[in-house]
Amino acid sequence: MIPLLSVSDLRVGFGRNPEANEVVRGVSFDLADGETLAIVGESGSGKSVTALSINRLVDYGGGRITGGSIKLRRADNSVVDLLTATEQQLTKIRGAEIGMIFQEPMTSLNPVLTIGTQIEESFRLHRGLTGRQATAAAKDALDRVRIPDAARRLEYTPNQLSGGMLQRVMIAMALACNPRLLIADEPTTALDVTVQAQIMALLAELKRETGMSMIFITHDIGLVAGIADKIMVMQGGEAVEQGELNQILDHPQHPYTQHLLHAVPHFASGRATRSDGRREKDKGTEPALKVDGLVVRFPVKSGFFGRASGAVHAVDGVDFDLMPGETLAIVGESGSGKSTTARAVLGLVRSTRGTFSAGARKAAAEQSALPVQMVFQNPYASLNPRLTIASILAEPVIATGGRVNAQTRAKMAALLKRVGLPESSLERYPHEFSGGQRQRLCIARALMLNPSVVVLDEAVSALDVSVQARVLELLVDLQREFGLAYLFISHDMAVVERIAHRIAVIYAGQIVEIGDATSVLSEPKHSYTKKLIAAVPTIDRRHERFEIDTRQVPSLVRPLGFEPSPAKWDKFGPDHRARVEA
Amino acid sequence: MRILRAIFAHTSGRIGGAIVALYLLLAVLGMLGLTPHNPLMQYRVDRLHAPDSAYWMGTDLFGRDVASRLMTGIGQSFTVAFFSVAFATLAGTILGLAAAWFGRWDGLLMRIMDVLLAFPAILLALLIVTVAGPGTWTSIVAIAIVYTPIFTRVVRGPALSLKAREFVDAARTFGSSSSYILTRHLLLNLVAPLTVQVTLALAWALLTEAGLSFLGLGTQPPAASLGLMLSDSRNLMETAPWLMIFPGLAIMISILGFNLLGDALRDILDPKMRRSIA
Repeated sequence: MIPLLSVSDLRVGFGRNPEANEVVRGVSFDLADGETLAIVGESGSGKSVTALSINRLVDYGGGRITGGSIKLRRADNSVVDLLTATEQQLTKIRGAEIGMIFQEPMTSLNPVLTIGTQIEESFRLHRGLTGRQATAAAKDALDRVRIPDAARRLEYTPNQLSGGMLQRVMIAMALACNPRLLIADEPTTALDVTVQAQIMALLAELKRETGMSMIFITHDIGLVAGIADKIMVMQGGEAVEQGELNQILDHPQHPYTQHLLHAVPHFASGRATRSDGRREKDKGTEPALKVDGLVVRFPVKSGFFGRASGAVHAVDGVDFDLMPGETLAIVGESGSGKSTTARAVLGLVRSTRGTFSAGARKAAAEQSALPVQMVFQNPYASLNPRLTIASILAEPVIATGGRVNAQTRAKMAALLKRVGLPESSLERYPHEFSGGQRQRLCIARALMLNPSVVVLDEAVSALDVSVQARVLELLVDLQREFGLAYLFISHDMAVVERIAHRIAVIYAGQIVEIGDATSVLSEPKHSYTKKLIAAVPTIDRRHERFEIDTRQVPSLVRPLGFEPSPAKWDKFGPDHRARVEA
Repeated sequence: MRILRAIFAHTSGRIGGAIVALYLLLAVLGMLGLTPHNPLMQYRVDRLHAPDSAYWMGTDLFGRDVASRLMTGIGQSFTVAFFSVAFATLAGTILGLAAAWFGRWDGLLMRIMDVLLAFPAILLALLIVTVAGPGTWTSIVAIAIVYTPIFTRVVRGPALSLKAREFVDAARTFGSSSSYILTRHLLLNLVAPLTVQVTLALAWALLTEAGLSFLGLGTQPPAASLGLMLSDSRNLMETAPWLMIFPGLAIMISILGFNLLGDALRDILDPKMRRSIA
C-alpha cells in the first residue's frame, strides 16, 4: 500500500540564496491513512515550514523548496509530486484534499464577513454549491464541530464569537470538503487551557469519524500524547528523532527529545510544588500586599445618549494577601478578570471599590514610593523600540524624580548582570535581543525601583519552553535574593505548579478557590478548579477521552446596581478554602 | 553625521539627497543674488533668445535670463514650501497628539480635519488666498492650513496605537509623567512616519505653490517663481519652448528628489534596519 503522504529529503530555504539559508534540511516521513503525526519543536525549528511546504503555501511566504519530494496519493489513487504540480492542480488539492487550520483563529477569518458566508465560500469553490444548498451545508459543518445553535451562529461576524468558537469555525471550514489530510499548525496555542482540551477532543473525535490523516504541529510535547500515533521531533531544521508515540515518550533516544521531555514543566498534580519559602503562620509579618474587596466595573452604555444601562463586572469582590518572599498565582481563563485584577493593583485601571495596602517592608533606604512593579506578557511590545536599553532602564528612575548618575548606572549594570545579560547591552536597542532576553530586560527594569511586589502578567507565556524554564529559575533566584513577593498571573498550570506557593483560582471575576499550592492542585474542591486541572495536557494522559463541553463562560454584564451575594466559603485545611457552589 | 553617511550609502538616498542638495545650493545662491545675470534685468536686444553660452536657458519675452530667474524662483518656492511644511508639521503634530491623548477632543478635532480634507488642496489654498489677498506669507499660511490635516492624521493614528502599547502601560506603572510619555514613547516613535511625511509634503507644497503662482495668486511679478514662469510660458510654448521646459523640469526633478530622499529616510530611520546599514 502506498502511503497517503510520503515526504523524502525535503529541503526548504529562504531569501535570495535559498541553498545557503536552509530552514528545513532533509526531512523525510511517511503518513498512512488515518494516522496522526505530531511534529514537535521550538520556534525556529522548521516545523511550520515543513507543514507549509506540503500544501506549498510556503511559496507565498518567501520560501523556496530546494530539494526532495512530497508525494501525495490522491483520491483516485494517482500519485502526484506536489513539488512539480502546477498551480492549478495545487489549488484543487488545497482545501479538497489537504485542509489546514492555523494558530490564530482571530486573524484567519475575515472580520467583515459573517462566518456563514466564509464557510459557504469553500463549499462553493470545491463542490459548486450555491444558495440554500450552501447555507445548509454550512450549518451541517458547524453542527459537525459541535457549535451549539449553528443556524443562528451563521449570521455572526467573527468578533461576536470567542477564540475557541472561532477555532471550531476554522476547523469546520478546513473539513468542508472532507480532506483526507488535515494540517493543524499550533491550533490551540492561542486558546485557554480548557478550550484547548475541548478542541483537542474535537479533533480526536473528528478523526475517528472521518478516518482522515492529520499532521499536528506543536511546541508542547505534552499536548500530543492524547492525539498522535507518531511523533517527529525537529531541531534546527532537521528531524532529530521520529517514531511511535509510546516509544518516543517512554524511551527517547536523542538528547534533544530527552531535554524537551525533562526541561519542559509537566503538570504533576501538585507533586512538584516548591518546598522553599512556605507561608509560616502567626509570624506577625506585615503582608507585602493586601487586597480587600476589589471591585472593577466597566459601564455598558446603550441607546442614543449613551446612558449607562449596566456594568461589566470584570472583578467582583476579590481579596487576598501576599507575604514577602511568597508567590501567589492567579489562574483562570481569559476574560476571567485575572489581568484586570493585576492592572487594578497597579492603578492601570481604576477600581470601583476596594482597598489595597502595599505593606512596609523592612524600610530600605532607597525604597521607592512605588512598591509594586509589573512585567508584561509580550516582551516585544513592552519595550520602546526607539530607546536604548540604558534609556529604558533609566526611565523608572527619571519617572520617580531621580537623576541618572554614576550610582544609577552602576545599578543598571549590576541588574543586567544579575538577570544574565552582558553590560554591553546598555547601548543596544530592544530588537537586537531575543524574546527571552527581552523578558530579562523587563525584569531588570521592574527591579530598578527596588519593589517589594512584582506582578508577572503571563510573563513567561510567550516564551519557548526551554527559555521559559530558565526565566522561571531566574525569577525564583531573584525572589530568594531580594525577598520579592510575586503576583503570578497565568493560565498554564504546569508553570504555576513550579513557582507558586499559593494559588487563587478566579472565575467570572471572583475567586472560587484559594490556598496552598500543593493542596489546591492535588485536591481541588471547586468544580471549576477540577475542570481546569482535568484539562491540563500531560504525557501521562494518552488517548484519554475528554468530554466535549460547549458551555460558554457566563456573561459578566449585569444590570445597574446589581450586587453579588456575599461569598460563602468552605474550609478544607489550614490554608485552603473554596467558594460554596450554588 | 551618521545619518548623512547612511543616506549616502542608500542608493535612492544618494540620488535624492544629491538632487535636494543641488536645489538647496541653487536656492541659496539665487536668494543671495549670486546668479549669472540679474534676474530682473531686461536685455531688450536679446528677447526670446534661445539657450546658448551667454544665456544657459535662454531669455523670456522681456529679455530676462531664464537661468537666473529659475535660481531665484527655486529660492522663492523653497522658502514657501519649507515654512508652510514646518508650520503644518508643528500644528499637525500638536493637534494629532492632543486628539490621541485627550480622547474628549478627538471626535471634534478630527471632524474639523475631515472637513478641511474634503476640499481639494489647491481649491482650499485658492479660497484662503482669495480671502486674505495674494502674497508670499499668505501662500505660506494657506499651504500650511491645507497640509495640517494630513499631519494630524499621520500623527493621531500611530499615537493612538502607541498609547495602548505595553511600554506605555509599563511607563505608567513606574509613574512617568505625561510629558515624558508623550515625548519619549509617542513622539520618538513617530519620527519615522513624520520624516517621510515631511519630505512628501515638501514635494506637494512645492507643487501647490507653483499652482498658486501659476494662477497668479502666489508670488507676484516681477519676482520669479517656478509656477509664475510656467504660467508666462503658456502663450510662447511653440516659439520659445525653453521657457516651459526648464521650469517644468525643475519642478519635476525637485519632486522626484524629495520622494527618493523620503523613501531612503524611511528605511534608515527604522531601527530594525539601522544595523544593516550603519
